[in-house]
Amino acid sequence: MNERIYLDNNATTPLDPRVLEALMPYLTDKFGNAASRSHGFGWEAEEAVKLAREQTAELLGASARDVIFTSGATEGNNIAIKGVAEMYADRGKHVITQPTEHKAVIDPCRYLEQQGFRVTMLGLDKYGRIDPDELRSAITDETILVSIMHGNNEIGTLQPVAEIGQICKDQGVFYHCDACQTFGKIPIDVNAMGVDLLTLSAHKIYGPKGVGAMYVRRKNPRVRPKPLLHGGGHERGMRSGTLNVPGIVGLGAAAELCGQEMNVEFKRLAALRDRLRDGIMSQLDLVHLNGHPTDRTPTNLNLSFQYVEGESLMMGMKNVAVSSGSACTSASLEPSYVLQALGVGDDLAHSSIRFSVGRFNTSEEIDQVVEKVVATVKKLREMSPLYEMAKEGIDPSKVEWAAQ
Amino acid sequence: MAYSEKVIDHFENPRNIGSLDKDDPSVGTGVVGAPECGDVMKLQIQVDENDNIVDAKFKTFGCGSAIASSSLATEWLKGRKLDEARAIKNTDIVKELALPPVKIHCSVLAEDAIRAAVDDLKSKKKDQGADSNAAGASGARVATAEK
Repeated sequence: MNERIYLDNNATTPLDPRVLEALMPYLTDKFGNAASRSHGFGWEAEEAVKLAREQTAELLGASARDVIFTSGATEGNNIAIKGVAEMYADRGKHVITQPTEHKAVIDPCRYLEQQGFRVTMLGLDKYGRIDPDELRSAITDETILVSIMHGNNEIGTLQPVAEIGQICKDQGVFYHCDACQTFGKIPIDVNAMGVDLLTLSAHKIYGPKGVGAMYVRRKNPRVRPKPLLHGGGHERGMRSGTLNVPGIVGLGAAAELCGQEMNVEFKRLAALRDRLRDGIMSQLDLVHLNGHPTDRTPTNLNLSFQYVEGESLMMGMKNVAVSSGSACTSASLEPSYVLQALGVGDDLAHSSIRFSVGRFNTSEEIDQVVEKVVATVKKLREMSPLYEMAKEGIDPSKVEWAAQ
Repeated sequence: MAYSEKVIDHFENPRNIGSLDKDDPSVGTGVVGAPECGDVMKLQIQVDENDNIVDAKFKTFGCGSAIASSSLATEWLKGRKLDEARAIKNTDIVKELALPPVKIHCSVLAEDAIRAAVDDLKSKKKDQGADSNAAGASGARVATAEK
């Protein structure tokens, strides 16, 4: 197996050649600034942005006027959380979220705490799902925002967004949903979900990096986050800055392709993911699935291989690109906070690998990866003192370790 | 983070993987680290009657750098006298494997494992010397393991 195989599509995706084709002219001769109102260069850029806005809105079940473009989901999450908090602070200073959100949600919430806001972290079941009843009782008349993602980027678990949306609507609280991992993969309807703000990213759906979009509800209720960027007043005053026209065109094209191909692609990718899961789990024992078994994004598979450490497994599977919840793979040497929040146990967090299939993966690749994973895990278990102890009948989790 | 060639080599062609009989009086066993930390090394040495280390084996749960550090340690231990084993420093391992700063702790753990194995052997010898009825307890640094 000499070719590289990419199974880290939750981290980023390759650019679809059709998206490249759509955006290329805007990097070459259609280079105008979309805000240049007085000449053809500006008008053609403006037209392209208008189309992209419609393409994006279509995949959200929203109107184009509800969509604003950003530099990506991190910026979108910052606008949603910090912008809403600043705008509505006189109504209350309480925000509710949950511990497996992306850092782009967790860190703005931490920042709000430093500004005197109170942040409630909801509890999770072993799959990482919040309890709608707990949410209902956590909301007070000081609460202004609930931020709960649609699908988790590490473990794929889907949150009960429609229920969350209804609870928020009933209690008059804004609901922000980070939909990076679900936009373009599963159907999204902002009205059925009851979301008031939603963030998405182009590079998760075979579009370019550096561009994303937000849905910001204009009616019933109207939410108006304060901008983070002040300047020329672009995007209805919510996000100043010359529009990244090529990026935006790419996002729109990527969104349209996802919309067209979603039904077929969902089935094909879920089947590839299941093939990977079944191939691995039928040939290895002591493998644990992290996240909900069925209520998860179709492309995500997160497995813990007991007694084998994640980074060494990735090293053994060189040429296969995946990621791991192991501390050894993070700059901070902390294991995955998402797996920790599930109560998986640090040893299993260190043994976890996240596989995420995508549009350009084939079943041949999946079969090669299964073979590689099984062989590498077996080899590493032979090298593992923990596996040896387990085979001797000693449970490593009951041992008192003389840890550093 | 690209791995150095030597780390990759130790991973792909590991030396001295396996186990010695921990109850054998000529074998010293060191187990260091903890599963919750993502790093556990078991390192064993066997000496002859002149205290020359004639065999060394390891098993490691950990990243590529941890595996390479412990593999290298077993390579270096073979042929040394027991008293020279403690002279192996983690900085030597770092240099040999070109470990980046974030992986230095793997070499420290390997050094700890060597010391633990040597200490285990020495305490076994003391027991044997003090009491001819040596029970040959494993003496691994790991406290009570429940079956």
